[in-house]
Amino acid sequence: MSSSTVVPFNIQNGDEMTQNVKPLLHEIKHALDSLIETGKSTIIDLRSIPLAPGEEDKILNTLGQGEVKAQLNALGLSEVNETQYAGVWTVTHYNDEDQIISRFIEVTTMPEILCSQTEDIMAAYSRLAITLDDIVEDNLETN
Amino acid sequence: MTINKDKSRFDMTLGETLRSQGISRRSFLKFCAATASMMAMSPAMIPKIAHALESARRPSVIWLSFQECTGCTESLTRAHTATIESLIFDYISLDYHHTLMAASGHGAEDARKAAMEENFGKYLLVVDGSIPMGNPGYSTIAGISNYDMLMETAKGAAAIIAVGTCATYGGIPHANPNPTGAVSVGELIKDKPIINVPGCPPIPVVITGVLTHFLTFGTIPELDHIGRPKVFYGQSIHDRCYRRPFYDKGLFAETFDDEGARKGWCLYKLGCKGPTTYNACATTKWNNGTSFPIESGHPCLGCSEPDFWDGGGFYKALSMPTENITKTAIYTAAGAVAAGVALGAMNKSKKNSATKAHNKTTIDDLEK
Amino acid sequence: MSEIEFLSWVRGPGFQIAVIIFIAGVLIRFGEILLLGRKKNLAEAKGSEMSSGLRTIITRSIPDKTTFQRSTFTLVAGYIFHIGIFVTLFLFAPHILMFKEVIGFGWPSIPTPIIDATAVVTIIALLAVLAHRMSNTVLKFLSTKEDYLVWLVTILPLITGYIAFHRIGTTAPTLLAIHILSVELLLVIFPFTKLMHSFTVALSRWYNGAISGYRGVES
Repeated sequence: MSSSTVVPFNIQNGDEMTQNVKPLLHEIKHALDSLIETGKSTIIDLRSIPLAPGEEDKILNTLGQGEVKAQLNALGLSEVNETQYAGVWTVTHYNDEDQIISRFIEVTTMPEILCSQTEDIMAAYSRLAITLDDIVEDNLETN
Repeated sequence: MTINKDKSRFDMTLGETLRSQGISRRSFLKFCAATASMMAMSPAMIPKIAHALESARRPSVIWLSFQECTGCTESLTRAHTATIESLIFDYISLDYHHTLMAASGHGAEDARKAAMEENFGKYLLVVDGSIPMGNPGYSTIAGISNYDMLMETAKGAAAIIAVGTCATYGGIPHANPNPTGAVSVGELIKDKPIINVPGCPPIPVVITGVLTHFLTFGTIPELDHIGRPKVFYGQSIHDRCYRRPFYDKGLFAETFDDEGARKGWCLYKLGCKGPTTYNACATTKWNNGTSFPIESGHPCLGCSEPDFWDGGGFYKALSMPTENITKTAIYTAAGAVAAGVALGAMNKSKKNSATKAHNKTTIDDLEK
Repeated sequence: MSEIEFLSWVRGPGFQIAVIIFIAGVLIRFGEILLLGRKKNLAEAKGSEMSSGLRTIITRSIPDKTTFQRSTFTLVAGYIFHIGIFVTLFLFAPHILMFKEVIGFGWPSIPTPIIDATAVVTIIALLAVLAHRMSNTVLKFLSTKEDYLVWLVTILPLITGYIAFHRIGTTAPTLLAIHILSVELLLVIFPFTKLMHSFTVALSRWYNGAISGYRGVES
């Protein structure tokens, strides 16, 4: 087989082959309920649930796209999207080769990874301080 | 990977090291999330993994190479791009690896001794290659036999990771007739936790996965009945193979260049050992996720299983007998026909003599 | 012995031993039967032995109405498991590969799900005939230890094969090795039990037909 030959192979999409789609959507509903009642966030790892080909898409299509669409550049791309149901987010991590390495559904007000991290803020403070020092020195020199 | 020991760096935690390399906390969180997912852990574990890794100290690693081809080291160090897993691999303090280290001769051996003393009971021992028991002279390093070096270094190890099929099950040196009397690490060491990471070579991410698990929990991951981490070796190639539906439909490539081969049909008839091989190739794939042997059109050799080299030929289908049964059958048939004829002749003569010995009953007899 | 060593043994020396016993056993028994000879029939032949014999080989495969009504269950279950064994043994791709390796030629296979379903039906039929044998007073009385042994070695390859295909219980190499071992057990026992009927059925039917043909009566 030559290297350019791509072997196309389509797995037939069955109708809910694993029966896991509906229970998963119900789990999201319960998670949303507990977010309202107690403020507790829930994370569901989509890779930990046996899903037949096409079922993950079915879940994502049901949830749809909401108001927020964010991209991170952290060791490869990450996509954080709020679904049409506020409080339900999808978080997809890609590696440098743009392959999905993990995908989560987060039921929360804001996925943790979107927040600026304390350690990064501290590092940012030091960097900014150094930059400002440089500017001051440059100004002194030019004057 | 840092070879020379740098005292200041040695004292830094993993979190501090990553930040010093300009890796953001977000990237680190992403790494932790991907790790949890890869190792089939609950997302609730992500903060715990992050916390544990954040404060983890650089583990000292001693790497011993015995009867091996260095392919395992190549597999682990030749990632084409910086992967998220390489973070962990870059972080360990590799104190001894005679192929990679700058030091040589006495300096190299002193580094091993020093690492053993400083981290006694805490360092990780990685072994690739099998150990010759036939004659210690078959393989030595700095005049020390492989056996002596393994036993000495294993004493202070917290755990041993046997990398590659040679270290885990004897591999190619152990193949029939095993001229050096090669044995695996597990056959010699019984009192330490051993994690077997077989493969010829093994998948790099499995090594980093095991290291991450060790750094996070201080324990070794759950192992199967031949010492392999279940998260990676829990399912057979066949069960996860994207060509599996063709097997089920009975669509097979008969040769390497026929219609079936071009259409990407099942390679069972070409000797694929996928049905009896447990490894993560079909899901993790090779060369940064490019493909795996079956995807490239070649049957699985079964390299992560014991004695894969003696399995009766790489291109012989699993259901085929490994001996020459045709020859056996012909010889047996010839012998059996001769024996059958002889037995038949014996029976015939028995019958004839029985007929001769038979006395007919006469009227006289009845009147007696 | 590791599981891979176990698999290597059953695929190699184990299979070889089984094939030697099987072929030698079958041929010796055939030789004995054929060389036993028959007394010359002094009566005048009233018809052809050969044509009647050959016809009987075929006609006895179709049960007559009375026999069918009298033992419907035995006939139906019997036919199901015999055809089932034929399909699973000779039309499953990995099995054909094995035959091709030994006898030098192969034939087309049928899709695996059909084999899978056939195996299940065959196993059920075999379980049913055993239940029938054990519940029917007359049959039970007539049954010998050999009957049960033959039943066991026949169903074992089907059950182990089904389990190996679906990977139930333990790891794949062990399951495959157990399946091959069960077939080797069948091969070893075959020549010395009533399993020989697979070969002698044609011979005995021909003989029955030939006798009738010689006498000029319908067989």
